[in-house]
Amino acid sequence: MRRFVVPVVAVAIATLLLALLVFGVTNQGENTSIDASIARGVLPSVPNANMALPVLGSASASERLSELRGEVVVLNVFASWCAPCQAEAPVLEHAQLQIEHRDATVLGVTYLDTSTASQQFVHQWHLTYPVVRDVDGNFVHGLGTDGVPETFVIDREGRIAAVRRYQVNGRWLQQTLPRLLSAPS
Amino acid sequence: MRERTATPIRRVGPGGAAALLLALAPAAIRRLALGGAAALLLALAPAAIRRLALGGAAALLLVLVAPATPAAATTPRASLTAVESQVMCVACRESLAVAHSPQANAERSFIRTLIAQGYTDRQIVEQLAAQYGPAVLAKPPARGFNLTVYILPPAILLAGLAGLAVALPRWRRRTRAAAGGPAALGPPLDAGDARRLEEDLNRYA
Repeated sequence: MRRFVVPVVAVAIATLLLALLVFGVTNQGENTSIDASIARGVLPSVPNANMALPVLGSASASERLSELRGEVVVLNVFASWCAPCQAEAPVLEHAQLQIEHRDATVLGVTYLDTSTASQQFVHQWHLTYPVVRDVDGNFVHGLGTDGVPETFVIDREGRIAAVRRYQVNGRWLQQTLPRLLSAPS
Repeated sequence: MRERTATPIRRVGPGGAAALLLALAPAAIRRLALGGAAALLLALAPAAIRRLALGGAAALLLVLVAPATPAAATTPRASLTAVESQVMCVACRESLAVAHSPQANAERSFIRTLIAQGYTDRQIVEQLAAQYGPAVLAKPPARGFNLTVYILPPAILLAGLAGLAVALPRWRRRTRAAAGGPAALGPPLDAGDARRLEEDLNRYA
């Protein structure tokens, strides 16, 4: 009986380490549950919509996505150092000018960026839409975001209607937005 | 810098590899490992050496608890190299020490600004984390699942050392017995044979 103790303990420890490894890998992996849900036609609610995010350039003001309920929101996650983000900035600003009078807005969320660099970015591209910061990444991680740029179109009910995990263009916005804008607020 | 370390890694034996691992490990793990190794050596050492070592440890403790000198109290100036090794380039997802990209240069510029303002290494790392978030830190923050990174390696090391402390004396006893220790000498001599052996030995003395 005694000679089985050491092998059993060794196997138990090895199993435990393996389980930890599997848990760690699956936990760090890409979260595509939102994409899968949209593909099935089930629009998911925005995770962490009540999280207060500091407004870029303000020492005290913050904004919650839940406060924009009833509006169509084009939520764009970006960083000033990201070349595709620079390329899509004029497209998003153009969209903002088209939708801002229809109970809709673009909302920029900076991620992995300094506030100074983000402010320079906003100034450089003449962005007029609101921009908030997600310093810890807790808000964007809930959306499965692990890089930039990513864009989520949120309907008036606060559900994610479309997602694009790379650079947006005018055509994609044209295909996505009209149906949502015409829905009653 | 990578190329300089590549050749020695291939040449070192198990002892060297262990020393290299220790050198690369975080300070807390190094302290634990060295403490464990010292405890193991003490457990295996003869009593006289143990007494000497304990005396030395007491003397070291006295030195450590003595008031710090003014030189030790001065804050060292932050260095770009030291900070670079503690943070990541958030765009390229590699250590800032080896990253070459516009974002890496932007981070270096940010660090240089803070160095010029008199910030310490630690404060600069904190500032970087406040701007870029925890993703900029090379070492994951010690909370949640990340704790396993800090707890598991020293725990495994200590368990291994404890196992060796138990197993080594047993192996030593077993090896001695197999090589012909006192138990392998056979039955004792009777009085006549013992006397004759003694006389023979005295003749050659």
